[in-house]
Amino acid sequence: MPTVLEARNLVKQYPGVLAVDHVSFSVREGTCFGLLGPNGAGKTTTVEMIEGVTPPDSGEILYCGEPTGRRFREEAGIQFQNTALQDFLTVRETVRLFQSLYDRKADIGHIIDECSLGDLLDRDNRKLSGGQRQRLLLAVALVNRPKLVFLDEPTTGLDPQARRNFWELVKRIRAEGTTLVLTTHYMDEAQVLCDEIAIMDAGRIIAQGSPDALLQRQYRNVVIELPLDDISGDLTSIEHRVLEARGTIEISTNDVNTTLKDLAPRVTGLNRMKIRQPNLEDLFLDLTGHSLRT
Amino acid sequence: MLRRIYAIFHARNLEFVRDRSSLSWNIILPVALMFGLSFIFGGGTPPEYTVGVLQSGDKVHPGSHPFLATRYVQFVPVKNLDEGMTKVARHQLDLLIRLEEPLRYWVNPESPRGYFIEFALLQSAGTRQVEKAQIRGLPVRYIDWVLPGILGMNMMFSCLFGVGYVVVRYRKNGFLKRLRATPLRSFEFVAAQMASRLMLIIVITAFVYAGTSWFLSTRMEGSYLTLLVITVLGAISLISMGLVVAARVTSEELAGGLLNLVTWPMMMLSGVWFSLEGTDAWVQRTAGIFPLTHILDAARAVMIDGAVFPDVLPQIGVLCVMSALFLTVAALIFRWRPR
Repeated sequence: MPTVLEARNLVKQYPGVLAVDHVSFSVREGTCFGLLGPNGAGKTTTVEMIEGVTPPDSGEILYCGEPTGRRFREEAGIQFQNTALQDFLTVRETVRLFQSLYDRKADIGHIIDECSLGDLLDRDNRKLSGGQRQRLLLAVALVNRPKLVFLDEPTTGLDPQARRNFWELVKRIRAEGTTLVLTTHYMDEAQVLCDEIAIMDAGRIIAQGSPDALLQRQYRNVVIELPLDDISGDLTSIEHRVLEARGTIEISTNDVNTTLKDLAPRVTGLNRMKIRQPNLEDLFLDLTGHSLRT
Repeated sequence: MLRRIYAIFHARNLEFVRDRSSLSWNIILPVALMFGLSFIFGGGTPPEYTVGVLQSGDKVHPGSHPFLATRYVQFVPVKNLDEGMTKVARHQLDLLIRLEEPLRYWVNPESPRGYFIEFALLQSAGTRQVEKAQIRGLPVRYIDWVLPGILGMNMMFSCLFGVGYVVVRYRKNGFLKRLRATPLRSFEFVAAQMASRLMLIIVITAFVYAGTSWFLSTRMEGSYLTLLVITVLGAISLISMGLVVAARVTSEELAGGLLNLVTWPMMMLSGVWFSLEGTDAWVQRTAGIFPLTHILDAARAVMIDGAVFPDVLPQIGVLCVMSALFLTVAALIFRWRPR
């Protein structure tokens, strides 16, 4: 698959903070590329440099092999993390407004159906719920039949059901062959939606690859989770990790039976135990020493 | 209840005090206003009568004739006889005098103030020969004179706040950033904002003018087309000025402060409520830097004096130059997103 987008050595310095530190990656056509990291990792700054909203201090951005310019603006769709829309305009008027700014135009009826906006067309933007608003912002990002769509923290603030509905919508868009660049601090979102991810922390990419490949590369183990309250004995002889904020301990092991036998005399019970596969959050914790959810 | 009121009261005060830029303007503006007004109006008791002195110089020397020492009279130089006679006819001057012997004066017999100041003149002349000429004419009522000022002031607030403030709000809430990510160019955005406000201004100004004119039978000696050109160019210059103010500001309170800093001097010095004739030269020169001054000069020339298009070309030229300058500066410093 050809490369649609390439970022080379992007740097962005703000007073007192190097927000993006020589970040490079490329995105293949038709894939969903994720930038995963905690708040303040530099994901949004990186993406805004690519989108042309913030100028980079140095580095290069190529769209289909050429520096980003008018063609990029015509063919890219963007859903920002925090953006307002014009008050007193309806959903229909907002979608039409943005579509009129482009030469390329999608079938508005199709977008409205895809984003489930049919019942909201005459509603004032100010009266939309969080989930409805995110669907409208996504529709606005799709009005120009984009080849490349940027989704910046699209499900932040949505309830679990709304998040899952949004994921389904993104999957349908991807199934149509659109290339996606997604920034998120939700590891489950990255695992579900992304073909390839770059994990960012403190302005740098610290790991890159498909979610499965990254986890397989790092882990052969499973993770046993127990509430701290259930620990009654000394766990010094068992390698473990304490997560105070969540009130749990985690034990990574490739021999569950032996580990459970060792644990049994040191805990009040195993009813609240969970056993799971390692996830991207575990990977992030191992790579950086702190949690994704800061 | 009091606890909740206090909680919001306290939080709002913290918000205000910590926004240092807007706090500064909330202090600087009233102080600047205080000093400005005292400079402009600090010169003692205003005169009761205004007498024009026909002469070539810019200053009237009190020692050149006993009448010029009369108290409570403002003596203003008049360089052109026709202009002076027109002002006497319109009650804008209570008397016009030429000091060479024999002294000649022009007075409007229908002017009450002219009637009384004539007595003072004749008394100071004593036995010397004095020539009198009478000029009749309809007074320019204050409403005739102030209507362009009020319409201009309304236009000024609408252009500056209606465009400048909105751009700042768009920048602050991220809507400008959203537009930036589309093929929309800065020029296209600005042109659209300008066109929208211009259309609104023309419609509202025409409506208010038509209504006022119908109710109060206000004066209109010149061409409506010329007046429309002045209005359009004036609005463009004021909108452009608003765009300069809003080009980089993110705080709505700061924007409000800056826009007030621009509009208040214009309201005081551009001839909205009162004429600056007779004020110090530096005051009149300062007034010349404001677009509203030229808009009102041109509008009054058309509405009251019946000026035709070539007569107001100087003001139109100034408005065009100001618009071009403001738009250029705004385009160069415009920021799409907050820092």
